[in-house]
Amino acid sequence: MLEETVPLSHYLMLSATLFVIGIVGVLIRRNVIVVFMSIEIMLNAVNISLISFDHYMNLSSGQIFSFMVMCVAAAEVSVGLAIIIALHRNKPTVNLDEFNLLKW
Amino acid sequence: MELLIFYPLAGFCVVLALGVVFNNSPVGSALSLIGMMLGLAGIFVLQQAHFIAILQVIIYAGAIMVLFMFVIMLLNLKKGDDMGWVARDKNLLLSVLTGVLAIGILYKISDILFSAKIDTPATLPDSFGTVANIGETLFTDFVLPFEVASILLLAAMVGAVVLAKNKLD
Repeated sequence: MLEETVPLSHYLMLSATLFVIGIVGVLIRRNVIVVFMSIEIMLNAVNISLISFDHYMNLSSGQIFSFMVMCVAAAEVSVGLAIIIALHRNKPTVNLDEFNLLKW
Repeated sequence: MELLIFYPLAGFCVVLALGVVFNNSPVGSALSLIGMMLGLAGIFVLQQAHFIAILQVIIYAGAIMVLFMFVIMLLNLKKGDDMGWVARDKNLLLSVLTGVLAIGILYKISDILFSAKIDTPATLPDSFGTVANIGETLFTDFVLPFEVASILLLAAMVGAVVLAKNKLD
Protein backbone atom coordinates (compact mmCIF):
# COMPACT_ATOMS: atom_id res chain seq x y z
CA MET A 1 0.00 0.00 0.00
CA LEU A 2 1.37 3.37 -0.97
CA GLU A 3 1.82 6.14 1.54
CA GLU A 4 -0.48 9.12 1.47
CA THR A 5 2.09 11.83 0.87
CA VAL A 6 5.57 12.00 -0.61
CA PRO A 7 8.26 11.84 2.10
CA LEU A 8 10.52 14.86 2.49
CA SER A 9 13.58 12.74 1.72
CA HIS A 10 12.31 12.05 -1.79
CA TYR A 11 12.09 15.75 -2.57
CA LEU A 12 15.57 16.29 -1.13
CA MET A 13 16.89 13.44 -3.27
CA LEU A 14 15.38 14.93 -6.40
CA SER A 15 16.89 18.29 -5.48
CA ALA A 16 20.36 16.83 -4.89
CA THR A 17 20.20 14.83 -8.12
CA LEU A 18 19.32 17.87 -10.19
CA PHE A 19 22.05 19.87 -8.44
CA VAL A 20 24.67 17.22 -9.32
CA ILE A 21 23.49 17.19 -12.93
CA GLY A 22 23.92 20.97 -13.02
CA ILE A 23 27.45 20.75 -11.58
CA VAL A 24 28.39 18.08 -14.11
CA GLY A 25 27.08 20.29 -16.89
CA VAL A 26 29.14 23.25 -15.70
CA LEU A 27 32.25 21.10 -15.44
CA ILE A 28 32.17 19.11 -18.67
CA ARG A 29 30.49 21.37 -21.23
CA ARG A 30 32.43 24.17 -22.91
CA ASN A 31 29.58 25.94 -24.68
CA VAL A 32 28.83 29.19 -22.82
CA ILE A 33 25.09 28.89 -23.32
CA VAL A 34 24.91 25.30 -22.08
CA VAL A 35 27.03 26.16 -19.01
CA PHE A 36 24.57 28.96 -18.31
CA MET A 37 21.62 26.58 -18.60
CA SER A 38 23.31 24.21 -16.16
CA ILE A 39 23.49 27.07 -13.65
CA GLU A 40 19.74 27.50 -14.11
CA ILE A 41 19.26 23.80 -13.32
CA MET A 42 21.17 24.28 -10.05
CA LEU A 43 19.05 27.30 -9.07
CA ASN A 44 15.90 25.26 -9.71
CA ALA A 45 17.22 22.37 -7.61
CA VAL A 46 17.66 24.72 -4.67
CA ASN A 47 14.11 25.97 -5.14
CA ILE A 48 12.78 22.43 -4.72
CA SER A 49 14.57 22.10 -1.37
CA LEU A 50 13.28 25.44 -0.13
CA ILE A 51 9.70 24.69 -1.03
CA SER A 52 9.73 21.14 0.31
CA PHE A 53 10.98 22.32 3.72
CA ASP A 54 8.27 24.95 3.60
CA HIS A 55 5.68 22.32 2.83
CA TYR A 56 6.78 20.09 5.67
CA MET A 57 7.03 22.77 8.32
CA ASN A 58 4.07 24.88 7.25
CA LEU A 59 6.03 28.12 6.74
CA SER A 60 5.92 30.65 3.96
CA SER A 61 9.41 32.14 4.19
CA GLY A 62 10.85 29.41 1.99
CA GLN A 63 8.47 30.38 -0.79
CA ILE A 64 9.54 34.02 -0.43
CA PHE A 65 13.15 32.83 -0.68
CA SER A 66 12.47 30.92 -3.88
CA PHE A 67 10.70 34.02 -5.21
CA MET A 68 13.89 35.99 -4.52
CA VAL A 69 15.94 33.24 -6.20
CA MET A 70 13.78 33.68 -9.29
CA CYS A 71 14.37 37.47 -9.21
CA VAL A 72 18.13 36.98 -8.99
CA ALA A 73 18.01 34.34 -11.74
CA ALA A 74 16.15 36.73 -14.04
CA ALA A 75 18.67 39.51 -13.37
CA GLU A 76 21.58 37.12 -13.82
CA VAL A 77 20.27 35.76 -17.11
CA SER A 78 19.68 39.19 -18.63
CA VAL A 79 23.13 40.50 -17.68
CA GLY A 80 24.88 37.21 -18.48
CA LEU A 81 23.38 36.93 -21.94
CA ALA A 82 24.32 40.56 -22.61
CA ILE A 83 27.90 39.71 -21.62
CA ILE A 84 27.82 36.67 -23.94
CA ILE A 85 26.66 38.86 -26.81
CA ALA A 86 29.41 41.40 -26.10
CA LEU A 87 32.01 38.61 -25.94
CA HIS A 88 30.76 37.10 -29.15
CA ARG A 89 31.10 40.47 -30.83
CA ASN A 90 34.77 40.67 -29.84
CA LYS A 91 35.62 37.06 -30.60
CA PRO A 92 33.14 35.03 -32.66
CA THR A 93 33.12 31.82 -30.64
CA VAL A 94 31.15 30.34 -27.76
CA ASN A 95 33.86 27.97 -26.56
CA LEU A 96 34.83 28.87 -23.01
CA ASP A 97 38.37 27.53 -23.43
CA GLU A 98 39.16 30.23 -25.96
CA PHE A 99 38.43 33.05 -23.54
CA ASN A 100 41.70 32.97 -21.62
CA LEU A 101 42.70 36.63 -21.51
CA LEU A 102 42.43 36.82 -17.72
CA LYS A 103 44.18 33.51 -17.06
CA TRP A 104 47.58 33.66 -15.43
CA MET B 1 -1.54 8.50 -4.59
CA GLU B 2 0.78 11.47 -4.48
CA LEU B 3 3.72 9.11 -4.96
CA LEU B 4 2.18 7.84 -8.19
CA ILE B 5 2.27 11.41 -9.50
CA PHE B 6 5.62 12.26 -7.95
CA TYR B 7 7.75 9.47 -9.42
CA PRO B 8 6.90 10.01 -13.10
CA LEU B 9 7.28 13.78 -12.70
CA ALA B 10 10.63 13.45 -10.93
CA GLY B 11 11.89 10.96 -13.50
CA PHE B 12 10.76 13.28 -16.29
CA CYS B 13 12.68 16.18 -14.71
CA VAL B 14 15.87 14.18 -14.20
CA VAL B 15 15.81 12.77 -17.74
CA LEU B 16 15.30 16.22 -19.24
CA ALA B 17 18.05 17.71 -17.05
CA LEU B 18 20.40 15.03 -18.38
CA GLY B 19 19.15 15.99 -21.83
CA VAL B 20 20.23 19.59 -21.21
CA VAL B 21 23.75 18.52 -20.31
CA PHE B 22 24.31 15.82 -22.92
CA ASN B 23 22.56 17.28 -25.93
CA ASN B 24 24.59 18.05 -29.03
CA SER B 25 22.72 21.14 -30.15
CA PRO B 26 22.08 24.19 -27.94
CA VAL B 27 18.50 24.44 -29.21
CA GLY B 28 17.84 20.88 -28.03
CA SER B 29 19.31 21.77 -24.65
CA ALA B 30 17.07 24.81 -24.37
CA LEU B 31 13.96 22.81 -25.27
CA SER B 32 14.86 20.15 -22.68
CA LEU B 33 15.32 22.91 -20.11
CA ILE B 34 11.84 24.27 -20.87
CA GLY B 35 10.41 20.78 -20.33
CA MET B 36 12.30 20.45 -17.05
CA MET B 37 10.96 23.78 -15.79
CA LEU B 38 7.40 22.70 -16.59
CA GLY B 39 7.96 19.39 -14.78
CA LEU B 40 9.25 21.28 -11.76
CA ALA B 41 6.15 23.47 -11.85
CA GLY B 42 4.15 20.24 -11.60
CA ILE B 43 6.20 19.22 -8.56
CA PHE B 44 5.55 22.59 -6.93
CA VAL B 45 1.83 22.08 -7.47
CA LEU B 46 2.18 18.68 -5.79
CA GLN B 47 3.70 20.49 -2.81
CA GLN B 48 0.73 22.89 -2.83
CA ALA B 49 2.93 25.90 -3.58
CA HIS B 50 0.58 27.12 -6.31
CA PHE B 51 1.86 30.67 -6.50
CA ILE B 52 5.47 29.54 -6.98
CA ALA B 53 4.34 27.03 -9.60
CA ILE B 54 2.65 29.79 -11.61
CA LEU B 55 5.74 31.97 -11.26
CA GLN B 56 7.89 29.07 -12.41
CA VAL B 57 5.86 28.74 -15.60
CA ILE B 58 5.69 32.48 -16.28
CA ILE B 59 9.22 33.56 -15.33
CA TYR B 60 11.38 30.52 -16.01
CA ALA B 61 9.63 28.59 -18.76
CA GLY B 62 8.33 31.81 -20.30
CA ALA B 63 10.58 34.81 -19.95
CA ILE B 64 14.01 33.37 -19.20
CA MET B 65 13.84 30.58 -21.77
CA VAL B 66 12.61 32.97 -24.46
CA LEU B 67 15.70 35.05 -23.73
CA PHE B 68 17.89 31.94 -24.06
CA MET B 69 16.30 30.92 -27.36
CA PHE B 70 16.61 34.47 -28.63
CA VAL B 71 20.35 34.58 -27.91
CA ILE B 72 20.90 31.10 -29.40
CA MET B 73 19.21 32.23 -32.60
CA LEU B 74 21.09 35.52 -32.56
CA LEU B 75 24.51 33.87 -32.22
CA ASN B 76 23.53 31.31 -34.88
CA LEU B 77 24.98 28.36 -32.94
CA LYS B 78 25.53 25.25 -35.01
CA LYS B 79 25.04 21.70 -33.87
CA GLY B 80 28.02 20.06 -32.18
CA ASP B 81 29.95 23.26 -31.59
CA ASP B 82 31.76 22.11 -28.50
CA MET B 83 31.56 18.37 -28.17
CA GLY B 84 35.38 18.36 -28.04
CA TRP B 85 35.09 18.05 -24.29
CA VAL B 86 35.51 14.30 -24.64
CA ALA B 87 39.11 14.63 -25.79
CA ARG B 88 39.95 17.84 -24.01
CA ASP B 89 43.22 18.66 -22.24
CA LYS B 90 43.06 18.26 -18.47
CA ASN B 91 39.89 16.24 -18.91
CA LEU B 92 41.21 13.75 -16.37
CA LEU B 93 41.22 16.37 -13.62
CA LEU B 94 37.66 17.39 -14.45
CA SER B 95 36.48 13.78 -14.57
CA VAL B 96 38.01 13.05 -11.16
CA LEU B 97 36.50 16.23 -9.72
CA THR B 98 33.08 15.38 -11.12
CA GLY B 99 33.30 11.84 -9.81
CA VAL B 100 34.25 13.00 -6.32
CA LEU B 101 31.39 15.50 -6.27
CA ALA B 102 28.86 12.98 -7.51
CA ILE B 103 29.95 10.30 -5.03
CA GLY B 104 29.98 12.75 -2.13
CA ILE B 105 26.51 14.03 -2.86
CA LEU B 106 25.11 10.55 -3.47
CA TYR B 107 26.55 9.50 -0.11
CA LYS B 108 24.79 12.44 1.49
CA ILE B 109 21.55 11.47 -0.27
CA SER B 110 21.69 7.94 1.11
CA ASP B 111 22.41 9.44 4.52
CA ILE B 112 19.24 11.51 4.29
CA LEU B 113 17.24 8.60 2.93
CA PHE B 114 18.12 6.05 5.59
CA SER B 115 18.11 8.24 8.67
CA ALA B 116 15.01 10.28 7.90
CA LYS B 117 13.01 11.14 10.97
CA ILE B 118 11.56 14.25 9.34
CA ASP B 119 9.14 12.58 7.01
CA THR B 120 5.93 13.40 8.85
CA PRO B 121 4.61 16.65 7.43
CA ALA B 122 2.91 19.38 9.41
CA THR B 123 -0.83 19.66 8.91
CA LEU B 124 -1.28 22.31 6.29
CA PRO B 125 -4.02 24.93 6.39
CA ASP B 126 -6.06 25.47 3.24
CA SER B 127 -4.39 28.84 2.67
CA PHE B 128 -0.90 27.32 2.27
CA GLY B 129 0.84 28.57 -0.86
CA THR B 130 -1.96 30.77 -2.06
CA VAL B 131 -1.33 34.26 -3.42
CA ALA B 132 -2.99 35.82 -0.37
CA ASN B 133 -0.78 33.94 2.07
CA ILE B 134 2.47 34.57 0.20
CA GLY B 135 1.57 38.19 -0.43
CA GLU B 136 0.87 38.81 3.22
CA THR B 137 4.28 37.45 4.23
CA LEU B 138 5.99 39.25 1.39
CA PHE B 139 4.57 42.65 2.24
CA THR B 140 4.91 42.42 6.04
CA ASP B 141 8.02 40.46 7.03
CA PHE B 142 9.93 40.73 3.77
CA VAL B 143 9.17 44.23 2.57
CA LEU B 144 12.79 45.39 2.54
CA PRO B 145 14.12 42.41 0.53
CA PHE B 146 11.24 42.96 -1.89
CA GLU B 147 12.27 46.58 -2.49
CA VAL B 148 15.92 45.59 -2.81
CA ALA B 149 14.90 42.99 -5.41
CA SER B 150 13.19 45.72 -7.44
CA ILE B 151 16.39 47.80 -7.37
CA LEU B 152 18.37 44.72 -8.40
CA LEU B 153 16.09 44.15 -11.39
CA LEU B 154 16.38 47.83 -12.39
CA ALA B 155 20.18 47.60 -12.19
CA ALA B 156 20.16 44.39 -14.24
CA MET B 157 17.98 46.05 -16.89
CA VAL B 158 20.28 49.06 -17.19
CA GLY B 159 23.33 46.79 -17.14
CA ALA B 160 21.99 44.57 -19.92
CA VAL B 161 21.27 47.59 -22.13
CA VAL B 162 24.73 49.08 -21.52
CA LEU B 163 26.56 45.78 -22.07
CA ALA B 164 24.75 44.76 -25.23
CA LYS B 165 24.97 48.21 -26.84
CA ASN B 166 27.12 48.34 -29.90
CA LYS B 167 29.52 51.17 -29.08
CA LEU B 168 29.99 52.91 -25.77
CA ASP B 169 30.16 56.63 -26.40
